[in-house]
Amino acid sequence: MTSPLLDVSELSVTYPGRGFRARPQEVLHAVSLHVREGETLGLVGESGSGKTTIGRAVLGLVKPSGGRILLRGQDITHVPAKVRRRLARDIQVVFQDPYTSLNPSLTIGDILSEPLVVQGASAPDARARVRELLDHVGLPADASARLPREFSGGQRQRVAIARALAPKPRLIVCDEPVSALDLSTQTRVLDLFIDIQRRTGVAYLFVSHDLAVIRHVSHRVTVLYRGDVVETGAADRITTSPEHAYTRGLLLAAPVADPARQRERREERRRLAALELSVKKVS
Amino acid sequence: MSTSPTTSSPSAEPGRKSALHTLLRDPQAVISASILLVIVLLGLLTPLLTDHGPNDSSLDAVNAAPGTPGYLLGGDKSGRDILARLLNSINTSVVSALVGASIALAVGVTCGLIGGYFSRRVRGVTEWLFSLVMTFPGLLLLIVLLPVTDGDYRVTMLIFGVLLSPGIYRLVRNLVVGVSNELYVDAARVSGLPDRRILRRHILYVVRGPIVIAAAFLAGSSIGVQSGLAFLGIGSNEVASFGTMVSDGFANLYEEPLQFIWPSLLLGIMTASLVLLGNALRDALEGGRPKASGLPRSQGRRPVPAADGTGRPGATDAVSGLLVVEDLSIAYPTPSGELKEVVSGASIRLEAGETLGLVGESGSGKTQTAFAALGVLPPEAVVARGSIRLDGRELLGLPETELRAVRGTSIAYVPQEPMSNLDPSFTVGAQLVEGVRAATPLSRREARERVLALLDRVGIPDPKRTFDSYPHQVSGGMAQRALIAGAVASRPLLLIADEPTTALDVTVQAEILDLLRDLQKELNMAVLLVTHNFGVVADSCDRIAVMRHGTIVEAGSTAALFDEPGHPYTRMLLDSILDEATVRTDGPASPEISRENAAPGTEAS
Repeated sequence: MTSPLLDVSELSVTYPGRGFRARPQEVLHAVSLHVREGETLGLVGESGSGKTTIGRAVLGLVKPSGGRILLRGQDITHVPAKVRRRLARDIQVVFQDPYTSLNPSLTIGDILSEPLVVQGASAPDARARVRELLDHVGLPADASARLPREFSGGQRQRVAIARALAPKPRLIVCDEPVSALDLSTQTRVLDLFIDIQRRTGVAYLFVSHDLAVIRHVSHRVTVLYRGDVVETGAADRITTSPEHAYTRGLLLAAPVADPARQRERREERRRLAALELSVKKVS
Repeated sequence: MSTSPTTSSPSAEPGRKSALHTLLRDPQAVISASILLVIVLLGLLTPLLTDHGPNDSSLDAVNAAPGTPGYLLGGDKSGRDILARLLNSINTSVVSALVGASIALAVGVTCGLIGGYFSRRVRGVTEWLFSLVMTFPGLLLLIVLLPVTDGDYRVTMLIFGVLLSPGIYRLVRNLVVGVSNELYVDAARVSGLPDRRILRRHILYVVRGPIVIAAAFLAGSSIGVQSGLAFLGIGSNEVASFGTMVSDGFANLYEEPLQFIWPSLLLGIMTASLVLLGNALRDALEGGRPKASGLPRSQGRRPVPAADGTGRPGATDAVSGLLVVEDLSIAYPTPSGELKEVVSGASIRLEAGETLGLVGESGSGKTQTAFAALGVLPPEAVVARGSIRLDGRELLGLPETELRAVRGTSIAYVPQEPMSNLDPSFTVGAQLVEGVRAATPLSRREARERVLALLDRVGIPDPKRTFDSYPHQVSGGMAQRALIAGAVASRPLLLIADEPTTALDVTVQAEILDLLRDLQKELNMAVLLVTHNFGVVADSCDRIAVMRHGTIVEAGSTAALFDEPGHPYTRMLLDSILDEATVRTDGPASPEISRENAAPGTEAS
């Protein structure tokens, strides 16, 4: 157990420029991070921080322009399509939007059994596994015959989680999986994620813009800002006493649901902002 | 609730009807399909229905009248049986339609899938190829190629199919490009599905509707072209075709007009049925336009204010406040024609200079309530009852012109998505100036000065540059600041902000909330803040109204509501908030248990 489950080192991703003769844009600048077996690494950052791009690079949906991605020591940065398909057994995904991440014309049963059948399971085995998966994520067994549009956002996200669990992966990339959900649903789905991790020992690369969500599910947290890692550390430290000024700002910016405490935080934040402004003026 | 799908199943059932089911209930589809079926059957049963071949001529039957024994529809000028020729022409048409449509589909769909799904370079090649095909003058090419086709209409239709394929290619390519960006296609890739399977199961399956529809039209146009060519006398004379029959009948028009009528009629019925069937297919597969609910439209626009006419004369005076919404009910017509209430009896009150947070989960009706106050509900919305008064003046039922004046000066609005509320083809400045001039009698110059000053006030670092920028050139936070500047330009009494920070980053959100709070104090305006985020509420609101299923379950001062929520729903919402206490404490899971997935249900918590 020396090498971590997922080891990303010096990862860079460049998107081609949009428009005539536009320069290509590097959205990730040599980012390094790792995820151990059975743990949750929270990736937090604002829009344009590159957090989603890291997830997509690990999944093979974008091609890195530099760096390496190792899964259990095996280099998966640039692998042929056939090897990549086999990796589906180890790496899975849950996307943000439960409305577009399920094919509207397939039944839940088909959605869940398809990856199994492709990986060589027999039809009865796949059916049994689907039942087990539905039970795992707290959906009734008769869900299998129904279409995605018959379910609410939270239920669809449960289906997406079941699909990710189907091949018994070692790592699930969760790309803002609860951002589109209502508050009460969000908490239940997060608890489901934690529950599944305890039961199956799967690791999560958990991408979110919401520090509260990250704090709830992560063991360790990496903070990103404009394609660079700002800091990485244990979840309770990063989300309570961060070292870096950017993380502190991020933490103070998120309003807390307590009028009195929020007033204090707001004053603290405005004081820091004013301080920063005066420092800038002096220099 | 969300964990018990059983509750959602009964209402969802009607939506499950398959396209075939819908099709079978559509008279247009049933009639046009039956006509086509009968015609095709007649063609197939030709040997049983007539003794004559299509080219057998007999001197006895020259221009024979209909009803002559053995010649049910009579004979033509060459003494051939018109019925036999008609039936054989049906077969020619059906073969033409099948060949033309299937070639066009085979070539167009295959290349469309490939061009749409794979890399840009592949698409470049297919694009070039089909553009080339499109440059060929279709009908002319078919005529020029006659020596190659040897007059065989089947080969001609084959070429015609290729000529038709660019249309299908474009259609499929566009659909596929759209679908390929869907997350479920990404999910299928991550699931390890080979491209071939993704194309077949996830892409072709989803885009099949428009293809089926196009096929009906392709068949119709193939029949048309085949007949047209035959009418011009291009191709073999041996083959019976509506075209040649029309041509023969045309020459004989003054003596025997019926000879011209028969083939024209059948050709017309066939192509018309195909087009009608295509339209019916479109409605069935693409879920045709919703049927009108049968309610007069004016009902939605001109509701009856209940507070004045329901025997509650004191109601108007009893509740005072800047904005008073009483017993508001908003309903929408469902496809079945019934009305479904999204807001049922909501009442809120907002004092001048106060910030009220309207909180609720998705579907609670909070945005609908805000839209009703703004008078911008969609036309199909029906305000069943209630009243909305601003400063004592009833807004419901107000004519659009007066409502517009109220919106410009007394009520302002800040939307959720700043970008989609700015017109991409005008500069930010021009749009704000237009708004200011509509609400005030300022000149263009003065309005411009005013807007620049406001942009500066809302904390935009370089107001001049933002003024001259197009919406896509500014960030979301800047766009929201600009919209706030425009909203407060006329010093409104009430600002309605619908999730103003939901689309923004958390640091930007804090700045926007600060800005709103400062402006509110400065201008002493009331703010109705619609949000789902309790942090935002705690930050900005004096009072809170909690909404659920279209009703206000609880309202009160922010401090009191957070301290002692009265309604169980409010308590549940507050309990779901992830605060600092919810930091994860258990260590990473042991990878050992992963070997065997533990049996479900063993988890105690």
